[in-house]
Amino acid sequence: MHPIKDLLRAPLWLVQRYVLWPLAALRRGVPIAMAWNDPQWGNQGGGKNNAGPPDLDELWRNFNRRLNGMFGRKGGGGGNGGGDGEPPRIGGGREFNIPGGAGLLVGLAVLVWLASGFYIINAGERGVVLRFGKFLETTEPGPRWHLPYPFESVEKVNIEQVRTVEVGYRNNVKTKVLSESLMLTDDENIIDLQFSVQYLLKSPQDFLFNNRSPDDAVKGAAESAIREVVGKNKMDYVLYEGRADIADRVTKLMQAILDRYKTGVSISKVNMQNAQPPEQVQAAFDDAVKAGQDRERLKNEGEAYANDVVPRARGVASRLSEEAEGYRQRVIANAQGEAFRFSQVLAEYTKSPQVTRERLYQDAMQQVMANTTKVLVDDKQGGNLLYLPLDKLMQAAGAVDASARAEPAAPAAALAPQIDHANRSRDAFRGREREVRP
Amino acid sequence: MKNPAVLVVALVAVLLVAALSIFTVDQRQAALVFQLGEVVGVKREPGLYFKLPVVQNVRYFDTRILTLESAEAERFITSEKKNVLVDYWIKWRIDDVRLFYVSFAGDEIRAENRLQQTINDGMRAEFGKRTVHDVVSGARDAVMDLLRERADQDARRFGVQVMDVRIKRVDLPSEVSESVYRRMEAERKRVANELRSTGTAEAEKIRADADKQREVIIAEAYREAQKIKGEGDGRAAGIYSAAYSKNPEFYAFYRSMEAYKASFGSKSDIMVLQPNSEFFRYMRSRGGK
Repeated sequence: MHPIKDLLRAPLWLVQRYVLWPLAALRRGVPIAMAWNDPQWGNQGGGKNNAGPPDLDELWRNFNRRLNGMFGRKGGGGGNGGGDGEPPRIGGGREFNIPGGAGLLVGLAVLVWLASGFYIINAGERGVVLRFGKFLETTEPGPRWHLPYPFESVEKVNIEQVRTVEVGYRNNVKTKVLSESLMLTDDENIIDLQFSVQYLLKSPQDFLFNNRSPDDAVKGAAESAIREVVGKNKMDYVLYEGRADIADRVTKLMQAILDRYKTGVSISKVNMQNAQPPEQVQAAFDDAVKAGQDRERLKNEGEAYANDVVPRARGVASRLSEEAEGYRQRVIANAQGEAFRFSQVLAEYTKSPQVTRERLYQDAMQQVMANTTKVLVDDKQGGNLLYLPLDKLMQAAGAVDASARAEPAAPAAALAPQIDHANRSRDAFRGREREVRP
Repeated sequence: MKNPAVLVVALVAVLLVAALSIFTVDQRQAALVFQLGEVVGVKREPGLYFKLPVVQNVRYFDTRILTLESAEAERFITSEKKNVLVDYWIKWRIDDVRLFYVSFAGDEIRAENRLQQTINDGMRAEFGKRTVHDVVSGARDAVMDLLRERADQDARRFGVQVMDVRIKRVDLPSEVSESVYRRMEAERKRVANELRSTGTAEAEKIRADADKQREVIIAEAYREAQKIKGEGDGRAAGIYSAAYSKNPEFYAFYRSMEAYKASFGSKSDIMVLQPNSEFFRYMRSRGGK
């Protein structure tokens, strides 16, 4: 056995002898005093037990395995268990004979050194353990232990935390970063676009080891990808109908770029915060949108007019049709009535034509004479000039007619049209008759 | 038995020697071992290594992928003699540590300057062959691939691997942007006017159609109405003639009487008569003649 290597092993042997083995013994219920004569160590070991890893057996095996891995050979002297209460030994069976006080001091120092290997991985984190700078393993959440410095080190990476990069703005969509947000489209228009990218880590070791600044790589990939995608699409598509599609394609492209560098990043979502024309042309775009609304409004007004006019016309049409039907029925009914009346009269007439004819004539004349204003002039008598103020007569007759209509039962009033007979006309017959029919 | 003090001194000595002769290479690094200024070892793999104390020393290099971003947008001229401002980034890493050290004395900044020159030259050439539209959309991938290949080829000679060249921004200079905005504005105005006028046209069409419908509906209704009325008139005439043709002469008399009654029924009708009519024959003489 090489003396230097033996010396190197001395602290390890101390650890085994004074710390780990008593702990393992305690765990198995072997009295500390039996294992080792100093009860103080037992107490300390017990205290350590409470704060320490949950499984001492596992810890023990882990420790041995690491030691073996380090020195590249199987640990001698029952390194894998020591279940019989005999402290396991390292090396070729040689015991170091260190005086009690110095041994305790060294043991304490070693204990502190060993305790520095404990670490806790929080939920959502992974520990990446490096041995001599070389990646060894990834550890899951929980209390863990690694070989203390300078053998192993651990780096914690939060993989479940959602990380976000903002492109085109900072904190708030209102605070734009124009150099990031303005970009050219396929039809050589300029648009203003803000979006954020959310990502997780899918591989903590890739994230740690492959890129110097993986978060910046995500941002760069985001900027490059969005410009590539937008550059391949027309402005209207990006601004209006294609937003979801753009986000989707950016996600895919970013993932491809980042996978190329093995960043260990997984893009979970690209959120289009805002896609709009630049401020300089905002007014024109708003106006175009307004014009679209105007168009709809005009159309609706037209429809409103149509909806007003056409049903009205249908109403008029049905009125015409109903009226026509009414007219038809009325005319026919009238004809039937009159025809019936005539045939009745005719029947009587054929029985005695002369009398009936005379009677009908007289009846008709009476009715006519009774209801009209009459001026009877017998001009055979003189041939003198007769002055008939027809207009006044008509006026008076009209008035009478009107008042008669107003009060049907009124007696004859003294409204007599003056008839000036230049000559003493004796036959000037002036009459007014009023008859109120029942 | 050995003296404990000797043991401690030996231990310290051993630790000192170990510290001087043992070194680790991190997962993220590669190392060069120099012996009196001469490179004697390249350690690419991470792990634990030994060296001679004092005479050998170690230098570490970051082998992760590094990002080189162009500080400010570079101005390039496209084939149609338009200026564009281009921003890009390069992903590169140290591939051959020894070569890298020899070429740049291990200075990343110098390597970046060199890379940037290569890329700029490449871009100038590629952009000069292409139009704005090509570099913005059509040939973007092709340009990036081409530049990466060229840069990688060049950089390999210096122990550098170029992973990717990505164009970030291709923008127009501000004075050109302004005219682009004017064009966009005009375009929108065109769209807006088109929308409004088509809206007016469509509304007018709808109105006219409604008016037409109204005319047609009413005219058709009128036609139907006239038909119905005519039918009524016809039937009435049939009924009348059927009744009256039994005695036309009497009908004429009867009808005249009815007409007289109907015509002279108001006080405002003034009749100026001579008593020699048939009606007054008894008024003239009781004999009637």
